[in-house]
Amino acid sequence: MEADSRLVLPLAALFTAFFVAPLVVLLLLSLHGDIAMRGWTLGNYVKFFSDPFSYSILIDTLLLGVKATLVCLLFGYPVAWLCARAGARWQSVLVFLVILPILTSVVVRTFSWIVILGRQGLLNQIVMGLGLSNEPLRLLYTEIGVVMVLAQVQMPLMVLPILTVLSKLDPNLGDASRVLGAGEWRTFFRITLPLSMPGIIAGCILTYAASVTAFVTQTLIGGARLIYMPLDIYQQAVGANNWPFAAALSIIFMVTVMIVVGVLGAIGRRSEIHGRA
Amino acid sequence: MAGPRRIRWEALSLKFVFGLLAAIALLFLVLPTAVVLLTSLTSSQSLRFPPPGFSLRWYVALLDADQMQRAGLNSLIVAFWTTLLSTICGTAAALAIARSRSPMMRAADLLFMSPLLLPALSFGFAALIFINRLGLSPSIPLLVLGHAIVCVPFVLRTTLASLSQLDASLLEASESLGADRLTTFRRITLPLIGPGIGAGAFLAFMASFDNVPVSLFLADERTEMLPIHLWQQIETNLDVRTAAASGAIVIATLILMLLAERFAGLTRRMR
Repeated sequence: MEADSRLVLPLAALFTAFFVAPLVVLLLLSLHGDIAMRGWTLGNYVKFFSDPFSYSILIDTLLLGVKATLVCLLFGYPVAWLCARAGARWQSVLVFLVILPILTSVVVRTFSWIVILGRQGLLNQIVMGLGLSNEPLRLLYTEIGVVMVLAQVQMPLMVLPILTVLSKLDPNLGDASRVLGAGEWRTFFRITLPLSMPGIIAGCILTYAASVTAFVTQTLIGGARLIYMPLDIYQQAVGANNWPFAAALSIIFMVTVMIVVGVLGAIGRRSEIHGRA
Repeated sequence: MAGPRRIRWEALSLKFVFGLLAAIALLFLVLPTAVVLLTSLTSSQSLRFPPPGFSLRWYVALLDADQMQRAGLNSLIVAFWTTLLSTICGTAAALAIARSRSPMMRAADLLFMSPLLLPALSFGFAALIFINRLGLSPSIPLLVLGHAIVCVPFVLRTTLASLSQLDASLLEASESLGADRLTTFRRITLPLIGPGIGAGAFLAFMASFDNVPVSLFLADERTEMLPIHLWQQIETNLDVRTAAASGAIVIATLILMLLAERFAGLTRRMR
């Protein structure tokens, strides 16, 4: 037993030296006025919370995550549902298609979205070709565009946990519900959906955490006008060279994301207990 | 009589709605990959889609793109060492975590998985401040350490999953037949969890090769990484060579994915 536990030490050392220590230094720096860390101050935090522009960026970012997660769930759940019903061979093919985007370089993916969403891009050609609109839609550099691309980029994170839960569901439960006279929709909303809650919550946590911090997608699709927390942190750190304030932004951002994730996790644990009962 | 018909209509409408949403989603999942591949084969100077004609000229142009090649090489070197480091440390830690029920190990597990949920950019910035305070400047080894932190969760997750499916009676049988712990590990445990480790190593490699938030702060001109280089290309002069480089990355990814599927059952292990 003793020998086994020691196997954790290399990774623990790596994380202590290069994960925990930097985060502690980040926290300490956020409580100082300059990089030399002379004199303690809460000034950076006061500055953030007294400036409506600063915290509106935080709120925009948190809401962006909610929007992307909801779109992802709306389209991702049916994909997981389809995968769960497919035979073993098709299931492999479908899962392969689903994980394809997450393994393709994020810069490459975003780049291809620029080609698709641009003024003369593929989507606008289709929309105008079908006569749905007389002028090109503005998708690039808008929040709708960012939400669309985030939902696509993070889709695998939503689909895979739901698929895991759906493929473990006892098909007899649905059959029983139908035999008892409940229609397909009723069976879905009363049986399948509640039982797949743990997978949905797990998917939402991963999608949300990935969407709010998706720096590349947010900046390349959103452009310079749409500012979210990651870009704000980067601009303060590298552009304005105001490291202590950027450190405070990082801490605030991390803490709020952790709170959202924690709340979702608590809901998930409750739904799991509920599902078992 | 209205009952069964209503139920059949309901069944059809549910299948239709779910099928339609899934079809749209799948189309959007595949579309960007297809668009990149087709755009990279264009014969024209612009990124217009669909391309007016096809040629390999932009792939040929990549052969002269020195800066891009250097960045690509840097990315490969960092991804290689990151994969090695995170696979060894991650697998060792997974063995310890899987066999223990102590609260300390639960906490360690949570800590090691947290880079997956914490904003990676905040960690990248923290790492920059940290090495700056230590008086160090950006270098390849530091990049590897930073990447390893964000890549370890992938190895840990797939390895823990395959360890949980490991039949304990096999280990007991091996030990009761007189094999020592190391032999049991080498002959029984490792072959059985090998595909899980392999899938994790593959994911770690891709995550490192693709990483932006950490490289953004820990790389400089000498250690420029491919994603950052491509990103700057996209932001400044959107030229077709970027599409060709993207196409090359997509093709390499597809080949690696097929290999990972063949040898490590990738699609089974991602769930």
